[in-house]
Amino acid sequence: MITSLLFILFAGLAIGCALAVVAQRHPLYSAISLIGVFISLSCLYLMLSAPFIAAVQVIVYAGAIMVLVVFVIMLLNVEAEERRRPRLGYLVPVAVLFAAVLMGEVAFVLKSVPVPAGQPPGPADVGLTASIGVGLFTKYLLPFEITSILLLMALVGAMTLARRTPILSAAGRLVTGSKLPAPAAAVEAETQLAAEERK
Amino acid sequence: MDGPQLSWYLALSAILFTIGVVGVIIKRNVIAMFMCIELMLNAVNLTFVAFSSYFRDVTGQLFVFIVMTVAAAEAAVGLGIIITIFRNRESLDVDEASVLKL
Repeated sequence: MITSLLFILFAGLAIGCALAVVAQRHPLYSAISLIGVFISLSCLYLMLSAPFIAAVQVIVYAGAIMVLVVFVIMLLNVEAEERRRPRLGYLVPVAVLFAAVLMGEVAFVLKSVPVPAGQPPGPADVGLTASIGVGLFTKYLLPFEITSILLLMALVGAMTLARRTPILSAAGRLVTGSKLPAPAAAVEAETQLAAEERK
Repeated sequence: MDGPQLSWYLALSAILFTIGVVGVIIKRNVIAMFMCIELMLNAVNLTFVAFSSYFRDVTGQLFVFIVMTVAAAEAAVGLGIIITIFRNRESLDVDEASVLKL
């Protein structure tokens, strides 16, 4: 009974925060609402007896990723988006039709597929760190290694994307002569200064 | 019948995923769309963990771990792209970035 109440509490919190993510117009408020979603999902993971995933959810999502997002929002000095009238036209009745078809499909599947009652038997230590580590380093070693390569690629890609020295000029053409504009200009100014001193 | 059933978690996951899809469609700010994508990833993660706990199989939680790693990589690269877009266009509105060239 108490777990049902806790589920309703955290599910309501998650849905409310998710709605706030979409409804807020300033991205910073959306980010803070998203942190609320992550925290409540972490509590739900704890209720599902997955303490490792709950901890990783808080550390990685609410910690690392959202700090990165908030940092970028602060860095770019984002303003609230203005409301504009969407140009949908005839798409609205089409969307309603397809949504009704989808709802019908979901209702049909829920009616026709029998749901087994009760949990199947199995080991009790599923969500603990030790069992996850054993699975990660024995049976699923290859996805784990691929993940590490993916992280390395993301690291290199992010540094390539966000670096200061432009390869492309503002007009979109390749800058052929001066790959590094600022140091080249500094060297030029220095030589000019030296020439003036000689005069 | 004590405690939340599997179907409750699946319904919550579907609701969160739908909210994320709606956000990606209706938001105009790139960072807000990015956060809605994160919301969708989390909805799928909830499904993984719910099935993993229900079937008492650790595989679902391992893949949640991998999905989180992919989300972190996506955050790094995506935010790099967002910074580049902002530097080139002085705006984060997706309607103004509808063509790749300037």
